[in-house]
Amino acid sequence: MSSTTHPAPPTALTPAPSSALNLSRTLATAARVLRQLRHDPRSIALMILVPCVMLFLLRYVFDGDPRTFDNIGASLLGIFPLITMFLVTSIATLRERTSGTLERLLAMPLGKGDMIAGYALAFGTIAIVQSALATALALWGLGLDVVGSPWLLLLVALLDALLGTALGLFVSAFAASEFQAVQFMPAVIFPQLLLCGLFTPRDNMHPVLEAISNVLPMSYAVDGMNEVLRHTDMTATFVRDALVVAGCALLVLALGAATLRRRTS
Amino acid sequence: MMNIKRRSSTPETPPDMNKSPEGTGQAPGSTDTTPAIRAEGLTVVRGPRTVLRGIDFTVPRGQITGLLGPSGCGKSTLMRSIVGTQAKVTGTLDVLGRPAGHPELRTRIGYVTQAPSVYDDLTVRQNLDYFAAILAPGRHAADQRHADVTRAIEDVDLTGHTDALAGNLSGGQRSRVSLAVALLGTPELLVLDEPTVGLDPVLRRDLWQLFHDIAARRGATLLISSHVMDEAERCHRLLLMREGQVLADDTPDALRTRTGSDTVEAAFLHLVDEAVAAAAREKETAR
Repeated sequence: MSSTTHPAPPTALTPAPSSALNLSRTLATAARVLRQLRHDPRSIALMILVPCVMLFLLRYVFDGDPRTFDNIGASLLGIFPLITMFLVTSIATLRERTSGTLERLLAMPLGKGDMIAGYALAFGTIAIVQSALATALALWGLGLDVVGSPWLLLLVALLDALLGTALGLFVSAFAASEFQAVQFMPAVIFPQLLLCGLFTPRDNMHPVLEAISNVLPMSYAVDGMNEVLRHTDMTATFVRDALVVAGCALLVLALGAATLRRRTS
Repeated sequence: MMNIKRRSSTPETPPDMNKSPEGTGQAPGSTDTTPAIRAEGLTVVRGPRTVLRGIDFTVPRGQITGLLGPSGCGKSTLMRSIVGTQAKVTGTLDVLGRPAGHPELRTRIGYVTQAPSVYDDLTVRQNLDYFAAILAPGRHAADQRHADVTRAIEDVDLTGHTDALAGNLSGGQRSRVSLAVALLGTPELLVLDEPTVGLDPVLRRDLWQLFHDIAARRGATLLISSHVMDEAERCHRLLLMREGQVLADDTPDALRTRTGSDTVEAAFLHLVDEAVAAAAREKETAR
């Protein structure tokens, strides 16, 4: 401990006031989240490689039936980023809540919007890398037969990642421990997985289930992927699907922001 | 002639001379005489329990006020109320002339929670860099941030551990990283929840030296909680708490004199006995 402390130096920080959304604070938060990840290379490897390994596996599971691989592979390209980002975000924000850093940050001039946007930006970046690798592997390594542009696949994958981040953030508010947070995965993701049209076309389902699947965002993520699979151009259905996924992501992000309370009991 | 003579005989003091480096209980350049913290009828409810029961006190500026009492008496809740993170606060609570929790206060208060709140998977410097970027964002402040972070690391004597991951540090070192975050941006009010718990005697002495330095040289107000009574002797003023109420709000000397005790600990026990006796009498008359 330096027993001689410097008096307030002329270069002392002049803190800036808080505002709803501040680009520098958002970028600083995103950089910090990525820096945390960099100290955890195993997590990065798992996030990036697991989807590729799964696609590889799937390709040879349907070795005798490439048509099925086309259908399921394209859908999975949309589902993987959603699931990974959901898991990663729900645990990361839960840690932020339980470690006291969230309380500290909210006692500082950090806007809730900065916090949410910072997380979305950081995990969005990871999602881009993950989706780009998985899409490239599927298209050129495993011969996934896609009629439309691979850029559109990537766009939907990115929107799905954003939706996953949003859902994870929202759900972390209701989990008291990491143990509970992981249990939210089957609760929130699995029903959507069953109803999204991955296993059977949605119009073959019981009408009640079909109606439910119509209001679940993952259904639109998978529909969007299938549009790219079958059509050369951007169809009206594709635009609708992309907008629905993006809209849901923004809505849930806003709900997530509402769960960040400056004052807690 | 007259004018010139008068002017030369009473030279105007340059503004710098007014700023005493040792501080006289005022923030440098500040003429604010309102107390740093003023509470009236402060009540906090947590779940079914009333944690703070209509307490009144003031904390003067530029001094170290110790907040003492057994664990569970409401110290942390009071601190959370002051920094504006506690819900269900009623009554009056003004901090630095503003109602507690006012957005403007977020840059003027440094707060250290009881458990170190830093990122275990970042290095000491990365932790401080991030929190500094929240306090003073933007590229133009980058040099200031760097200087401020370096100074904060020096203040808590972690210069040798700048690039160590916070998660790999010892408990005492991690709580010093947490303290360094609160020292960023030279806050006017530092709220420290048991900052010396679990530290060795040498480190505790050095930290108290630092606290006195911060009060004297930077003119900051410090509110420091502890349940170790020997630390009370190092404070300018004391707030003794028990079961959500303030037992005493005085200087250590005055407390000892008033209760005829040798130590603050004895004074505290004396006051507790008094309070218990008073409560028992009240019960008796109620029957």
